[in-house]
Amino acid sequence: MAAEKYAVFKSGWLPWALLAPQGLIIAVFFFWPAAQALLQSMQMQDSFGLSRQWVGLDNFRSLFADSAYLEAFQTTAVFSVLVAVLGLSLSLVLAVFADRVVRGALLYRSMLIVPYAVAPAVAGVLWVFMFAPSLGVVAYALRHFFELEWNHLLNSMHAMTLIVAAAVWKQISYNFLFFLAGLQSIPKSLIEAAAIDGARPWHRFWTIQLPLLSPTTFFLLVINMVYAFFDTFAIIDATTQGGPGRDTAILVFKVYQDGFKGGDLGGSAAQSVVLMVIVVALTVLQFRYVEKKVQY
Amino acid sequence: MKLKLHLAALAAVTALASLPAQAQTEIQWWHSMGGALGDWVNDLANEFNASQKDFKVVPTFKGNYDEAMTAAMAAFRAGNAPNILQVFEVGTATMMAAKGAVKPVGEVMKQAGVAFNPKSYVPAVSGYYTANNGEMLSFPFNSSTTIFYYNKDAFKAAGLDPNKPPTTWPEVTLAAAKLKATGSKCPYTTSWMSWVHLESFSLWHNTLFATQNNGFGGPSARLAFDSPLHLRHFENLANMSKQGLFVYKGRAGASTPSFVSGECAMFTGSSGTYADVSKGAKFAYGLAAMPYYPDVVGAPQNTAIGGASLWVMAGKKPAEYKGVAEFFKFLSDPAVQSASHKRTGYLPITTAAYELTDKSGFYKEKPGTDVAVTQMIRKTTDKSRGIRLGNFVQVRTILDEETEQIWTGKKTAKEALTAAITRGNEQLERFEKANKP
Repeated sequence: MAAEKYAVFKSGWLPWALLAPQGLIIAVFFFWPAAQALLQSMQMQDSFGLSRQWVGLDNFRSLFADSAYLEAFQTTAVFSVLVAVLGLSLSLVLAVFADRVVRGALLYRSMLIVPYAVAPAVAGVLWVFMFAPSLGVVAYALRHFFELEWNHLLNSMHAMTLIVAAAVWKQISYNFLFFLAGLQSIPKSLIEAAAIDGARPWHRFWTIQLPLLSPTTFFLLVINMVYAFFDTFAIIDATTQGGPGRDTAILVFKVYQDGFKGGDLGGSAAQSVVLMVIVVALTVLQFRYVEKKVQY
Repeated sequence: MKLKLHLAALAAVTALASLPAQAQTEIQWWHSMGGALGDWVNDLANEFNASQKDFKVVPTFKGNYDEAMTAAMAAFRAGNAPNILQVFEVGTATMMAAKGAVKPVGEVMKQAGVAFNPKSYVPAVSGYYTANNGEMLSFPFNSSTTIFYYNKDAFKAAGLDPNKPPTTWPEVTLAAAKLKATGSKCPYTTSWMSWVHLESFSLWHNTLFATQNNGFGGPSARLAFDSPLHLRHFENLANMSKQGLFVYKGRAGASTPSFVSGECAMFTGSSGTYADVSKGAKFAYGLAAMPYYPDVVGAPQNTAIGGASLWVMAGKKPAEYKGVAEFFKFLSDPAVQSASHKRTGYLPITTAAYELTDKSGFYKEKPGTDVAVTQMIRKTTDKSRGIRLGNFVQVRTILDEETEQIWTGKKTAKEALTAAITRGNEQLERFEKANKP
């Protein structure tokens, strides 16, 4: 068994040489910036980099003394869980249906993949146009048909709904692609055998397809968490800007705001280090506990 | 041998051909003026380039204000900053603290031997960009201030006199109540909450927004907008919000379309919004001075400056500084200033330009365009010279975050302002620490 999973190299340097290109990319685009962030998080510098001083853990201390920063953890948790759960379940449903469609499958698939090509900031603007309280199409429809006064400027629930919807919409395509590929790689014979045994479609999905999809689901769970934590600041900047109050200000948005808009590199770097620690911890947790339930 | 000769000849010819190009010094100018304002900036550069042969100003659009500033900071770190950078008023303290990165305008002019009189500028404008020792640090370029707009048609429909805009906050409340009673869904809204209702509001009432004369006295300034006057104003706004007289329409300039579309009847915002209003409003509109509380001694004083100024970056060649000085001299010309003022709605920044515009009959032709000017052409006090604080981008965000909780009903005016001061002061302390001399 083991021989199938692990390739055996006779030469000592060849595996390293083959790894080198990927290793180099990771080093340049991940380890180097991460090291820079660590370094800057312990410094305080003015915007133009004219003076730099070592402040040790001062940046972290002032972060955790700020009650607004602590609130952002809760907001981030709610947001990330919603984005991951909704994003995964919606795209799974779509993938299951797309897998069954016989006619026009390519068209449906292409349509579902299109949102992935939209830049996050553009996606945000798109959603904010539709939901603009007095001028947006959706806001108008909600008022007209459901007598719901949509106002994400002052209603936290509305604001959270808006950013979750925009973030999920943006990520559905990616999840969809992987789920569809996962579904298509399940041998047809398994499903046919179950059908012959009298299992209904719903039953077949629960007992055969879903368990066999678990590696894909696990991979997507990790990717979606990382996405919700890191890649969503543009959406928030374009829609709610963290408001009303701080009710949609997630951690990464504050990193962007303080670093890129405010020019406070030390404080911003400290926040990104905190974020990095959280995501690494979450990923380790997922690999230790959730992965045990995954069947490869 | 032959080849060598050829090469030498070629080199000589190239050197000759490139002579005129070398003689012309290029001045890089990064700005944040998009759309119609971008055309204006390009026209100014072209006009200057055509007026002389030695220098060529090259304007480059670098995104909105904070993007351009971030780009310039990164460029400076990499050693290729532009000659001139347009910086919004919020970034002024940051630029002033960056002593090694910028060269004071006063010094640039003096070294270039170009006549330059800072006194010819409107004090409320130039004072903002002048250091305590009297040296002008940046060149005032596009300045705006906060004014009051109202929908005359809506006033008529509500039985209000369209030629008598409310001048005080109690009058605004009364007018809003009448507008609401006759069916208005949004009697009053505002843009730029911090700029309009705290910064400009403080100056207009000759009350401090922050200690140390609003930061002019040094980086140890701390926020002070929890005075009884500030509290009274925000309690007033909170009550108006509860009764549907004031409707919150978002941060920064997000609320502008709700006035232009006719949804909101009264609006406070930048005088620079005039361009949008005059272009988009399909109703009769009026411009008026900012409302105030009539029982406050010293009110109305003058309102706060907005917009941007031009900063000269350090570490460039003397010839380039000479060109920058010549360009600034060109921009100070009253005729150029007056034309810009009429074209953009930004303030005329010299008194001569204001007088020239007045003489041309522009203000009679377009009533209300002088409101911003008359609010600013006043002798400033120590409390009204302007607000110059570090990490001000963050402070404004904090103010948006905290005041929004008043309109959502989560916090009282007092709770919100107190929290904003605590959180804002942390930012000021950070800035003071990071920019220690």
